[in-house]
Amino acid sequence: MKTAHFLTFPPALLSFFLILFAPLQLSALEALKVRQVADGIYVHFGVHELPDKHNHGAIANIGFIVGERCVAVIDTGGNPEEGERLKKAVEQTTDKPVCYVINTHVHPDHIYGNIAFKQPGVEFVGHANLERAMLSRGQYYIDKAAEQLDIHLSPKNIIPPDNVVKQYKLLNLGNRELVVTAHPTAHTDNDLTVLDKKTNTLWLSDLMFSGHLPVLDGSLKGWLQVIEKLEKKQFNHVIPGHGGLVSNWPQAIKPQKDYLTMLLNEIRAKIAKGVYLEDAVNQVGLTARSKWQLFDEFHRKNVTTAFAELEWED
Amino acid sequence: MKLHIIIMTLLLTAPLKASADKDESIWNNQLKQHFFAGKSIEEGENIIRLDAPYRAEDPALVPIKVISQIPQTSSRYIKKILLLVDKNPYPFVGEFELTPESGKADLAMRIRVNTYSYVRAIAEMNDGKLYMTKTFVKASGGCSAPIGADLDAAMRRLGKMKFRVEDAPAPGEPTLAQLMISHPNITGMQMDQVTRFIRRSHFMDQLTVKFDGKTVLKAKTDIAISADPNFRFYFVPNHKGELVAEFTDTSCEKPTSRAVCESGSRYSKSYTVDP
Ligand SMILES: [Zn+2]
Repeated sequence: MKTAHFLTFPPALLSFFLILFAPLQLSALEALKVRQVADGIYVHFGVHELPDKHNHGAIANIGFIVGERCVAVIDTGGNPEEGERLKKAVEQTTDKPVCYVINTHVHPDHIYGNIAFKQPGVEFVGHANLERAMLSRGQYYIDKAAEQLDIHLSPKNIIPPDNVVKQYKLLNLGNRELVVTAHPTAHTDNDLTVLDKKTNTLWLSDLMFSGHLPVLDGSLKGWLQVIEKLEKKQFNHVIPGHGGLVSNWPQAIKPQKDYLTMLLNEIRAKIAKGVYLEDAVNQVGLTARSKWQLFDEFHRKNVTTAFAELEWED
Repeated sequence: MKLHIIIMTLLLTAPLKASADKDESIWNNQLKQHFFAGKSIEEGENIIRLDAPYRAEDPALVPIKVISQIPQTSSRYIKKILLLVDKNPYPFVGEFELTPESGKADLAMRIRVNTYSYVRAIAEMNDGKLYMTKTFVKASGGCSAPIGADLDAAMRRLGKMKFRVEDAPAPGEPTLAQLMISHPNITGMQMDQVTRFIRRSHFMDQLTVKFDGKTVLKAKTDIAISADPNFRFYFVPNHKGELVAEFTDTSCEKPTSRAVCESGSRYSKSYTVDP
């Protein structure tokens, strides 16, 4: 009803008010917009943008799952403020406390909100390699945060897991079990997925990109193997790290599988011919350009990473 | 209304500050004194050129090429090439000694570039004259820090080497060779306030390549060389012979000081060339 009254203002006056109050609204943090995609599963869908000074790194899909006893947060966002806003979203959705924060991998857009949830009773869950990745990249990430994202971080923002997953782990949220799986090197060397048994929803995070070009920061062959394993299974819903909710698994993963397979085949062919890395990045996979957003931003990097992996094949 | 004006002013002036980071102060104030105190360096485009991507997709793996503009003859040749990345935490990339036996003083390798920075090459001639060339690299790619993607895979292969020599080398002509070395080349730049994973730097520090017993390349290298070091260089095969690479690694207590280091292992690999 309030909004109806507001709309009766003349538009010019309305925009004047918006300008006047915009800074005030920013300082009082709003809850992050989340969507319930399955019973008790809430997702904030990110945007297909490069992390930069305007979005401050808030680009990934993040969210939470609510059980009868407590809540598991899955990824915390690209900056501390996004973490705070996700926390508000949890509080507006349920009275249950947060008991787990699951980091699906080390990338900044998934872990920079961690500190918002750091308090007694909250366990941070991560892949057995996550801490190593956080420590070896942490200082670089912190140094770059101001320059690239216009946010200020210190080592206390990088929170390593206290519950480490080597293969599988069951987390119970109260009549709701999550199967947390640590994968071999794929998107990164510390990828974790979360299966909600109750709704048969797989939180796949960055093991799947849709719309946004897949970004390789681990192992191309490893990633394809993980996909081949997962595509044999049935899931009611799949939540990618970037892109919309998936309800047609495994068909939905096909574009990504095709892209990665194309990289594998074309780069192997270049290596066999003795083509150098710096030339291969300008030759491989350009036909996929029209199919993906952010292709120009990430494709050459993908070729570089994959080339460095594949040139050691025997 | 005043607030409106302030906001507009902020919006208009903000972009003006951002760009001007092509600065050479680190070279002028530190590196030049450190490496070449009291010496004069000439502009070197006629001696060597440097080729690197202006925008580096992956800061962990930036392919660069040094292209020589003169032949290596016994009377006049490039004796040494020093590579630096001004703004790296440890700017020294490597020092490469070449000989007339190299045939051509071209080099290619992959390096780590931490941020927007000049990469520079300084060539020392056999008569001691110095020539410098430089190129600016914008290292971006927010996701990947300048380490490697798959550390475990690199550790498993450590010490493995592969040679690749261009097809049908002509006897007596400069011939291109590629040497791939598997080594994680760990920088040691991890966050250090957490004591559980203090990892020292661990990198290739010396490399020698000989053909038929004569040195064609001798390098002193450091953490700015990418994981799995990859070099291309020339040599002159005038008869059938062995191309032999030998490298050692080292491990240092601090990423940016070489005061306390422990020498590591020695690795070698040979490859028969039959022109
Ligand atoms: Zn990611």
